[in-house]
Amino acid sequence: MTAVAQKNNRMALIAVSAVLGMLGLAYASVPLYDLFCKVTGYGGTTQRAEMFDAQAIDRDMNVRFAANVHRDMPWDFKPQQHTQKLKVGEQGLAYFEAHNPTNQTIVGTATYNVTPHKAGLYFAKIECFCFTEQVLKPGETVVMPVVYFIDPLIEEDINLNEVTEVTLSYTFFVMEDEDATNVTGR
Amino acid sequence: MAHANPTGWKRWLFSTNHKDIGVMYIWFAFIAGMVGFGMSGLIRMELMEPGIQVIPSVFNMTDDQARHMFNVLTTGHGLIMVFFMVMPALIGGFGNYFVPLMIGAPDMAFPRMNNISFWMMPPAFILLLLSTFVEGPSGMDGFGGGWTAYAPLSVSGHPGPSMDLAIFSLHVAGASSIMGAINYITTIFNMRAPGMTIHKMPLFAWSILITAFLLVLSLPVLAGAITMLLTDRNFGTTFFDPAGGGDPILFQHLFWFFGHPEVYIMILPAFGIVSHIISTFSKKPIFGYLGMAYAMTAIGFIGFVVWAHHMYTVGLDVDTKAYFTAATMVIAVPTGVKIFSWIATMWGGSLRFTVPMMYAIAFILLFTVGGVTGVVLANPGADVAMHDTYYVVAHFHYVLSLGAVFGIFAGLYYWIGKMTGKEYPNALAKLQFWITFVGVNMIFFPQHFLGLQGMPRRIVDYPDQFAYWNWVSSWGYLVTLVGVVLFIIVMGITLSRKKTLGNNQWGEGANTLEWTLSSPPPFHQFNELPRIK
Repeated sequence: MTAVAQKNNRMALIAVSAVLGMLGLAYASVPLYDLFCKVTGYGGTTQRAEMFDAQAIDRDMNVRFAANVHRDMPWDFKPQQHTQKLKVGEQGLAYFEAHNPTNQTIVGTATYNVTPHKAGLYFAKIECFCFTEQVLKPGETVVMPVVYFIDPLIEEDINLNEVTEVTLSYTFFVMEDEDATNVTGR
Repeated sequence: MAHANPTGWKRWLFSTNHKDIGVMYIWFAFIAGMVGFGMSGLIRMELMEPGIQVIPSVFNMTDDQARHMFNVLTTGHGLIMVFFMVMPALIGGFGNYFVPLMIGAPDMAFPRMNNISFWMMPPAFILLLLSTFVEGPSGMDGFGGGWTAYAPLSVSGHPGPSMDLAIFSLHVAGASSIMGAINYITTIFNMRAPGMTIHKMPLFAWSILITAFLLVLSLPVLAGAITMLLTDRNFGTTFFDPAGGGDPILFQHLFWFFGHPEVYIMILPAFGIVSHIISTFSKKPIFGYLGMAYAMTAIGFIGFVVWAHHMYTVGLDVDTKAYFTAATMVIAVPTGVKIFSWIATMWGGSLRFTVPMMYAIAFILLFTVGGVTGVVLANPGADVAMHDTYYVVAHFHYVLSLGAVFGIFAGLYYWIGKMTGKEYPNALAKLQFWITFVGVNMIFFPQHFLGLQGMPRRIVDYPDQFAYWNWVSSWGYLVTLVGVVLFIIVMGITLSRKKTLGNNQWGEGANTLEWTLSSPPPFHQFNELPRIK
């Protein structure tokens, strides 16, 4: 092999590893993006708090509740209250109601966010039905609590000065894979 | 080391000769370009008047099917023009033919890989064409989700196999481009003639080098993203499906991380070509050679960190938008360096208004128009209103259809004599330029007005208020059609002539290495490597 051919092969090898590296990065971006959203509250991703440890401050916040279901999800899903008014840093408790009108057991999982998206970083949930899968037997109705608070740090972010109202939104999806096993398992 | 000169079909199918492969790429781009141009014809004829009339009668289908068919046509037009026309012409065609000549190399570094790169393109193109004949959404044929193929429309919205074929097509075309890019990087780094330092290298070779880097770094991301689409569609993964914890917005991030460098991949080689033409026909070296080379490098770098300006409406927070706005506008600086350096090259030069020069000057003018609307769209405040309107369509057609494509025309007129040894008919070619120039501007300039009035992209029918400028735009297409037919005639006349041209058709001013060879160049050149002082 000539010297040029050797150099060529080395160069090609470097380029191929760059290609494979970028391909790997594309896949690495999936968990990284997820992590990024959780850390920064991107796209209205709410924060998860282990316990309530905030001090209430003198700023009112109106919290609205929205409940949606995916096209393929037959549940009736609605919030039991449409709005709650509370102080920033005060603990709030809201209830959502889900009903399974079909004659099949259905496992559901909910995605969630808040709008405006920039408030996601300051919306902390201590307990939520969205952290786990929900199983509804035929005809069953459940009432599900959400324990949350608005982080007082919101006061220090000038981009959120005008925010007086946030909407907490849930969308229920059918967990398709586990559907069958749960029906037979019960 | 004298190789045999293969003849007949073996010369082309088994070709490892960079010039033959370059010529095949140009023919391929021409054929694909005709298909893409035909699709845009159907689009423009449908939009000539309000209502849905042309597509149902052409394809003999119902209005509902016609709505989908329109989207299939816009999708196909976009994908074909990007992957099967502009890229093969500029990178595979001119790149293969002229990079080795310009840097004084006997051939590409990996001639057999070059052969595979080319021969993967026709199957990729066939896969894409096949996708329009199989089911996409239930009951309808073809993929109609746009060239961007955003999830969830490309996942749950098109359950049929059409999208899968389109994904395979992009996989194959992408693999071809990546192999081509590796070939260029290796060739340009290792095979320059003695004395041809990287800072003496012609700007077209520079532009191909930077383009190759962009391809190597961005195409794998697209490959990854569309593979995720494929597994989401067929194997139950949920990369982009919220039901399983995915996020459709992630697809947009991945797509545009590829998609933005891709627009520079399409325009940088045209920058290179235009630099040579402006210099040749001003009889001056290019003004600010190093600035020109590093402006392209800077455009390539910044091109990787501006992707979310395509996504202002997905709910980015204000700080993120501020960053992407600033980063996007910064690109106007190296681009401005290029525009002004071209003008400074012409300033005080001995100008000759040949056809390639006319195309090059038109390129500068029209690319600048597209650049200005690009700066407008970089502002989230304006973009939220203009997102997905015809203003955006006008913008990217000014930089691509009137930028990159004019670059292709310029390069073809500049080098057709070198490639064939035959002279193009000058008067007819000038007429072809003027008709095309008027036609494309008539198509796309009114689309700025339509966009500002709020006409959305990708719709088959529109309210009567948009009728007037759509009518003008569609007439512009018919003018352009005359230009394209004339182009075919001009090229036909050129190819049927006798070989009359010497080494250097353009005389003083054309001083890159390809002009030291005969026209057409010998089958194997530079057996004795040239020495550059």
